Amino acid sequence: MIPAPVRYVRASDVEHALSLLAEPDAKLVAGGQSLIPVMKLRIARPSVVVDISRLGLSGVEIRGAELHLGPLTTWDELLGAPELRRPALAAIAECARGIGDLQVRNRGTVGGSLAHADPASDMPAVLLTLGATLALQSPTGARVVPLEDFVVGPFTTVLDAREIITDVVVPLPATGSGSAYVSVEHPASGFALAGAAALTGPDGGRVAVTGVAAQPFLIGGDDPEKALQAAEIFGDRFAPAEYRRELAAVVARRAVELATARAKEDA
Amino acid sequence: MLELVVNGEQRSLRVEGRTLLVHALRDGLGLTGAHIGCDTSQCGACTVLLDGRAVKSCAVLALQTEGTEITTIEGLAQDGELHPLQRAFVEHHGLQCGFCTPGLILTAADLLARDPHPTDETIRHSLRGNLCRCTGYQPIVESIRAAGAALREGAAR
Repeated sequence: MIPAPVRYVRASDVEHALSLLAEPDAKLVAGGQSLIPVMKLRIARPSVVVDISRLGLSGVEIRGAELHLGPLTTWDELLGAPELRRPALAAIAECARGIGDLQVRNRGTVGGSLAHADPASDMPAVLLTLGATLALQSPTGARVVPLEDFVVGPFTTVLDAREIITDVVVPLPATGSGSAYVSVEHPASGFALAGAAALTGPDGGRVAVTGVAAQPFLIGGDDPEKALQAAEIFGDRFAPAEYRRELAAVVARRAVELATARAKEDA
Repeated sequence: MLELVVNGEQRSLRVEGRTLLVHALRDGLGLTGAHIGCDTSQCGACTVLLDGRAVKSCAVLALQTEGTEITTIEGLAQDGELHPLQRAFVEHHGLQCGFCTPGLILTAADLLARDPHPTDETIRHSLRGNLCRCTGYQPIVESIRAAGAALREGAAR
């Protein structure tokens, strides 16, 4: 299928991209692995696509006590990043390996996935457990939003029409921490029927689940199964709500076990 | 005007903002080896190499590829000699109808460039984005395993 007519502009820097977003129905495109398929189905019909893929906002870097993920970092780059080969951050590459397929991982970006906010996307669960915050830039200034407050519903975020993610920041977990991501995927689409990320260590535990509700959410590390009993879980023709609730508890338990084993490696 | 290198040749062509890379290759440059098998970017038949990495050319806007190097299945054979992957697919019956084959071979080319000795599990994981309705995949995995061995042997020589 062919997208509806659209103007294409390659942004030269963040300011240029923001000025182009002044146009009604403008859309940012980077890897395009979510946007272009929906443009082909004409579910999205932007007036202009602003290509930010060459703005250089990519890379994995540890600065002080923080991990910085450039929003244009691809899944494949995350897989290869030596900075992430430590028990506390192991969930990031573990999760990236299962996203989409090889071709999608070569193009798709962290920032694009966060902004797209698919309720079944994997990485938000990992970044929620790691307590990530997003740096946002708009023509009126910069702000920092915790990921927990960034996604407000299916495909819906607090990102303003004229705002761009410029950094994804993760505070480094304490020594002796471990993280993990475990999911059960729909065999055809590859999206998570239920996915869970866990972080365990001296600072306590955190667990987040995805694929089971309107958006990925934190359920706390103390008693994930109890938290899931009280949560509002959705069902569809692939998996009814009660099955998803059970599945979420299973992947949460496995993620905690794996994270705990990794934390011991780090201690 | 879109300027890029395709199969080693500098090319320029006029495309619309909405033109997908696969349409630019097929309709603009006559390179019909990139097949269109679905409408939803799931089948992988249109896979090409963009700066050496496998991408679905139906999920890339043509204008995003300005200044890049694209390799399609037409560009894989060198000096009339089939690429080791192409030869392995022939020898190990890695195709039946052949529709998915260009995409599978280019995905495998990306895999083998990074991991010359992949396990079968790695090969299967890498093929997640390429659908084949004929072979049942087993001969495809065997073809890629054999091509990996041939490439390693070639490199060792």
